[in-house]
Parts: sequence; structure tokens; C-alpha cells
Amino acid sequence: MNWTSNDIDQRLDEMASALKKELARRAINEFAMVGIHSGGAWVAAALQQRLGADIPLGSLNISFYRDDFTHRGLHPNVTPSKLPFDVENQHIVLVDDVLMTGRTIRAAMNELFDFGRPASIILLTLFDVGQRQLPISADICGETLALPPHQRVELRGPAPLAAEIIEMTPA
Amino acid sequence: MIPSPPSANIQLTADGRLKHFLSIEGLPRSLLEEILDGAASFVGVGDRAIKKVPLLRGKTVVNLFFEASTRTRSTFELAAKRLSADVLNIDIAKSATSKGETLMDMLWNLEAMASDMFIVRHSDSGAPFFIADHVTPNVAVINAGDGRHAHPTQAMLDMYTIRHYKGGFAGLKVAIVGDVLHSRVARSQIHALNILGAEEVRVIGPKTLLPKDIESLGVTVYTDLAQGLRDVDVVIALRLQKERMDSALLPSESEFFRLYGLNNERLKTAKADAIVMHPGPINRGVEIASEVADGPRSVILHQVTFGIAVRMAVMSMCISGQESGA
Amino acid sequence: MSKKAHLLIRKGRVIDPNNGRDEVLDLLVENGRLTRMAASLDAPGAQIINAEGLLVLPGLVDSCVHLSEPGAGRSGSITSETRAAASAGITHLCSQPDTYPVVDSTAVVRLIRERAGQAGFAKILPLAAMTQGLEGRQLAEMVTLKEAGCIGVSNGSKPVQDTLVLKRCFEYAATFGIPVMLRPQDEALSVGGCAHDGAVASRLGLIGIPAVAETIALSRALLLCEATSARLHIQQVSCAASVALIRDAKLRGLAVSADVCIHHLLLDESALENYRSDCHIQPPLRSQHDREALLAAAADGTIDAVCSQHIALGTSSKQAPFPASKAGISGVETLLPLMLDLVEQKAFTLMRAIELITSGPAHCLGRQVGHLEIGRPASLCLVDPRVQRTPAQQWLSAGKNSPWLHTRLYGMVNLTVCEGKISWDRELHNNAPEPAQ
Repeated sequence: MNWTSNDIDQRLDEMASALKKELARRAINEFAMVGIHSGGAWVAAALQQRLGADIPLGSLNISFYRDDFTHRGLHPNVTPSKLPFDVENQHIVLVDDVLMTGRTIRAAMNELFDFGRPASIILLTLFDVGQRQLPISADICGETLALPPHQRVELRGPAPLAAEIIEMTPA
Repeated sequence: MIPSPPSANIQLTADGRLKHFLSIEGLPRSLLEEILDGAASFVGVGDRAIKKVPLLRGKTVVNLFFEASTRTRSTFELAAKRLSADVLNIDIAKSATSKGETLMDMLWNLEAMASDMFIVRHSDSGAPFFIADHVTPNVAVINAGDGRHAHPTQAMLDMYTIRHYKGGFAGLKVAIVGDVLHSRVARSQIHALNILGAEEVRVIGPKTLLPKDIESLGVTVYTDLAQGLRDVDVVIALRLQKERMDSALLPSESEFFRLYGLNNERLKTAKADAIVMHPGPINRGVEIASEVADGPRSVILHQVTFGIAVRMAVMSMCISGQESGA
Repeated sequence: MSKKAHLLIRKGRVIDPNNGRDEVLDLLVENGRLTRMAASLDAPGAQIINAEGLLVLPGLVDSCVHLSEPGAGRSGSITSETRAAASAGITHLCSQPDTYPVVDSTAVVRLIRERAGQAGFAKILPLAAMTQGLEGRQLAEMVTLKEAGCIGVSNGSKPVQDTLVLKRCFEYAATFGIPVMLRPQDEALSVGGCAHDGAVASRLGLIGIPAVAETIALSRALLLCEATSARLHIQQVSCAASVALIRDAKLRGLAVSADVCIHHLLLDESALENYRSDCHIQPPLRSQHDREALLAAAADGTIDAVCSQHIALGTSSKQAPFPASKAGISGVETLLPLMLDLVEQKAFTLMRAIELITSGPAHCLGRQVGHLEIGRPASLCLVDPRVQRTPAQQWLSAGKNSPWLHTRLYGMVNLTVCEGKISWDRELHNNAPEPAQ
């Protein structure tokens, strides 16, 4: 199964529209968007295009906050986190491409809180494939899937964006 | 005839990950590059408002400095704290071993403290290897300098500096000037440069300050500074300690400076964009003139910043290697 | 140790380098004396030992051991170490004066001889200190010490820096025909050093002792020997250049002999890799080239003897970073097996190898030992060259400081007779409980 760039564009339009509604419901006028490197950052950039270029955009590299560091080792990933705004008291829209166990979001929130205390966090994810291991849920989701454990969704980018299901070979 | 020493490097796990960092010698190029890449990702941490990442949270790092050193110890301490580790400083120079407690006894006593890492500086070459051999399993040992043998973290931060300014090591000519005989930094630098693929490594100094058969480490030997500096891309000046005059190794600091000190005139034979480095602390007017130390070619101050990031990378890799259990 | 031996040793391969004998013979020891050697003997009443397939050698002579008593910071005792020596076929040990206190008084000599005598495992031939306290300043009472039983004088392993003092030592010793045993080492050139000054030490960051530290001291000693007509024996040469100097001196007709330590024949500086402190010895293990020169010299007669340079050290002496570890290998138990290994490697003929540990050292020490002589108290050993095992399987020395502990080696000693009495019987040892040390 796969998604063409048209498919993705459609999902992104839907997400942007749902986000506008949610922001209005919460009476949030000012906010910043943070994408989780690398796929989440692509999605966040695409959403920013739809919502307005004046929205502050940051990216988070969660390598140092992962909980599986001692098993996988430190994989040097030279793109550092970049948050060109003050997190303190800011409403944050946190964006990722695939939500699965919830551990990435846990790490991302820990890192955000090291920068400051946000007023609120709204979580957006392009794909939700279930299989949570932590009590995390997305506020807005592009598409929900049920995948067998040996399959993953992978987003290709940064432009054009496309996605496909891939098989995981046993380790 | 006797069983030959284990060919597997004691520093590596079965699957080639770092679990101790004792000496650059024998480490594969990919591992050294991993350290440099890791350091690059840590460099940014120092610019953040919260200069910490939680990688080593809950871990205890013990600084075992048998030789006094404020600078190196502070950088390791800072690196550990930036990784959110707990740090314990044990100043042995003033404590029990001076009263005759053996190193082995001290290690047994330290076992009770359930540490995760020892950072060791010792005046006996080979001491960190001895400690790594005898310490409880799962304790990582990092060499902060042993005798004349090695100072691997210093060499790696020097390599980071070179890569930062020169982009890489291919085609690079590097000259190390001064007291190579007593320098553990120089030996580690030589190993690192050769493993990372530098084109030529040179040592420059009088015979009294060059180790016997140093060529066997993979260097060309020069006793004339001008010739040795010709066309080099990187010049590393080594510190000359005052005691050297006492052991009849040199007549005076001024003669040394005349023959081997770096000034702008002598650097003319080097490449126009050559950089000048020094592991510090510098002796102005002995190894290096102020005009060079403060001049455009000098990258000495930046070496210090990179030092924290390099140590953070090495420490994280070793903890991760130890925990992987192999 | 018990009564005098009464043995008929049958069909052993008798090797006696002193007269070039190498043949299968029966040997008769009556009342402790070697009385007969012939193709076939009978001796009713004698204990019969079937020595078929075994070597029958003169009791081995080790020209350099460092005693553990009186107190010198070493492990074990005269009892434990002479017993270890006996178990390896050694009957005569020449001991260095660097005990604590130093062997510069008759009281210390008496103590050593009494302890050795009571233990009864081997005969100790003690060397006296050349200078008082081995401090290199004043002459020791060489004649008095000789009368007390010392067979010569030595500087231990302490360099004598003052050339005038050294010259006087030589002159005094020469006056009374006392042999001088010298380990040549220049103090200033070796201060703080623990390894051979070369590529390995440079790489490991160890302070090196250059070969000239030995050759300079050796040249000085040879010239003084010439000038004073002292009888000189050089102990533990370690480099090719020293070999050349000795060869030269002998050609010039100097009364000089030399020995080498067994470990220098088998190991070189590469053994120090990974900071193996059990290979930390003095003089240091030098280059491969030096090792090859030492082997050639021992084979061609430039070097007259091979010794163990035995020192028994406790674990804490070796369990330390290399520069902080003590130097020395516990060597009596591996002297013979390692020599047999060199024969296997074709470095020596069997005859020459045995000569280097029997009549060779005896000649250097000027003693009538190390050979089989009819009519004299028997000192001999029975060796099974076919049995291979690791030294650890039967390790008697109180010091486990040996890199050979777990190396498979050939050559097991079944029986040792020391000056007429059985000092080692392997069967008895295997069946008996451990004697008190």
C-alpha cells in the first residue's frame, strides 16, 4: 500500500483545517509549531505553508532524550534541535509523521520542557498506526492504520512527500 | 612462546563498540570518526539555555586523578554534568596512596561506591589498562593521561579541531614540534592522525627530546624547524616543562625558542592557510611567540570548547557500550 | 632430608658435558657416593630405579638466584625456594648478596648456610657483597666472608658508580684470588628505567634503559679486569653489543666468563605488549636482534652459562601498573624445561644445553660441581623429557611471578640427589601431604 504526493497533500489539507478549528475552539491566537526530526519536520513545514509563513517553526532532534540509548548506542545525528522562539508560556503545536509506541513523543515533550514551560501542547501526527506502549494520543491525525507488527509506514521527503508500507526484516 | 597477548582490544565489546577509552592505538578508523561525529552533535548543547541532556542521568562518574590537574579534571567534570551524571572527585595525590595503599587496595575500596565510570589520570604508563583489567565489570575506564603513554581524549579534541578547520585528513601534512619524548598527547595524536588517514605526520625537535625509534610509530623525524614546517597544513606545538633544563635535556628556554619556537617568520615555510594548535597551557616565548598564539592562524582557544563535546561523546559511547553487556 | 642415597639407576641416558659423555649406562650410588658407571651393573640391597627413557644429568647449577631470606621484600623462604629448585633438578644455587641485611657480615652467611642445611633441598653457594651494604663506597670484608663460606663477591644488582672504588674492589679481590661477579649497569643511564630503550618502550611510554647502560659499564669492568688481573664473571648480559665485547675480551686472553638469564634467550621487548608486568625484569628484555645474538653466543661458547635469575615475588609486587611493579621472574622451576625447549627449537644441541646449566656455571663459579665424578658425593637428577605439562601443575615456589605458568613444557624431574642425599622424589611428593614451609 502506498500514498502518492497527492494523497499526502489531501491529508495535510484536512489536518490544517482541523487544526484551525481546534485552535479556534481553544481560543489560541498565537502559537509555534515544532516538528520532530526528520519526518515530523517535513510535515510541520508543509503545514506551515498552509497556515501562514509567519508562524514560528522549530525542529526537535530527540536523539539525546531517547529511552533506548543504551541498547542502540549514540547515533550521531548532526542536525541539532532548533527552536527560534521562547518556549516559556508558548502554545506549541507538536508535529510528527508516524505515531506508534508513543516513546518518541514522550522524549520530545521531555526535551521541550527542558527549554521552558509551554502553555499547552497540541499533538498532530500524519499517521497513527496504533501499538502504543505509553498513554499518548494525538489530538489531530491524518490517517489511522492497523498494521501487523512486522510492517511500518515510512514517509519519504522532503519534497515531494510520499509514503509507503515497508516490511521489517527480523533483526 | 608464552601465550601471546589477546588480539581483541580490551577497549571494545565483542561487536566493536567502545567500552573503555584507554588509547587511540588499535582503534578502527570508523570508531574515531564516530567519536568526532558524536562530538559534533554535542557542540550545540553548550549554546542552549539548558546546557544538559539526560543521557547519563543516574550514572555516577568518578574522577580518579593521581596526578594533579585542574584543567583536564574540570572539563571532564563539566562534560559529565552536561550529560546529567553525578560526579565524584577523588584527589588521590593528597589521600591514601601517598600513605602506601596500593592501587589494587584502592580499587577494591572504590568498588563499594557502585560507580559507572572512572576517569583516570596517573603518572605510570599503563595504569588505566591495569585498572580496566581489574575493575568490576560494567565500569567504564577513561584515560585522562597516563605517564608518557597516551592522552586519547586530548588527541581526539585536537582531531576534531583539525577536521573543523580543514574539513578532513586526506592529503594533510601535520607537524608536531617540541618535547615529544615526554608527551603523551603527541603519541596519541600520532596514532590518531595515522588512523584517520593524514598524508604525513612529522615530529620536530632536538634528539634529546625525541623518543628512541619514534619512526616506528609512523612519523618522519626532523631536527630542523624550517625544513620540518615546509608545506605543512597543521602545526601542533607541545608544552616544554621547566624541569627539562634540569635533566640536561636542553641548555635553556631561550635557545630552545631560538631553534624550535614558533613565530611568524618561521611559519613562512608552512602553507599560507596553516593552523597552529597547542594542547595548553602555553609558555609564551618558549614554544610559541605571542604574535602566533594570538594571531590569525591560532585556533588554540577553540580547542578548549571542543574538548567538552569530545569528552561527552566518548563518555556516552562508553556507557552505552558497557550497558550493551557484550 | 634423610640418609645417604643407596641407588642403582638403570639404563638411563647419562649426559655429562664435563667429559662429553652421552651414553646409556647403569649408575651406582653407594652411601651417597657415585661409585660405578657401566653398561650393566648389579647391586643387591640398593634401591633400583628404572631409568629407561630418562636422562641422567649432573645436578644442575644455577649461577644466579636472589634469596628470600633474610628479609628482602620477597616471598617464601630458603626452604620453599630450595625445595622448588630441587624439584627441577637443581642441586647448587649461587645466591646474590642483595638480601636484607646484605651479605656483608659472617652472621648473615651463617644464617643462610644453616637454613639451607636444615632444609636440605639444595646447596647454596653464597656470594658476598663487594662493598659494605652494597653501597658502592667501602670494601666489604671479602676474605673473612670467603672463610665463612662465600665463593666470590658481587655488586648484587646495584651499580658501583665510583670507578676508583670499583678498581680497588677488583685489586683487593685479585690479591686473594676471590672471583668477582659483576652485573654491569651504569646507574645514571638507567635511572627510572624499566624497559629496553627502543620502539616498544617509546610506544608504551615506558622509560627506557639503553643498551649502552650495559656496554659502558661492561667495558669499564673488562678494562679494570685487565689492569688488575681479577678473575671476573659477568652476570646476565642482555644485548648483542655486550656479546661482542666479551668475545673480544676472551680473544685477548682475559680471564673473564659470562652468563645470560634464560628469559633473555626466549623473550624480547615485544613480550611487554599490554603492559605484562610478569615480563618486567632487570636487565630488561631487549630487541629480537639482541636475543638472537645472545642465543648464538651461548651456543658458540662466548657465553658460558645460563641462569634463572630467580626472584620469588608476591602478587602485590606484580599486581600494579608496569612501572610500579617489581622486576623479576620466579625461574628455578622452568630453567630446565625452557632449556629443553631451546634444544627442541634447535638453538642448542642437548649436550651444549646441559653444559650451560651444569659444568658451564660450575666453571664460572670456580667450583667442583656440575659433573659426575666417581668417588665423590653424588649430585644428579633424573629427567623425563617425554612428559609435557604446565609448570602450574606442580608449582612449589612461593612466588607465582612467572609468564610460563600455563605454558606447556617438556621435562619433568623424577629424582634429584644433592651431595649424596635424595633432595627430591616426585613419587613421594605426589603421595605425601604438603610439608610445612
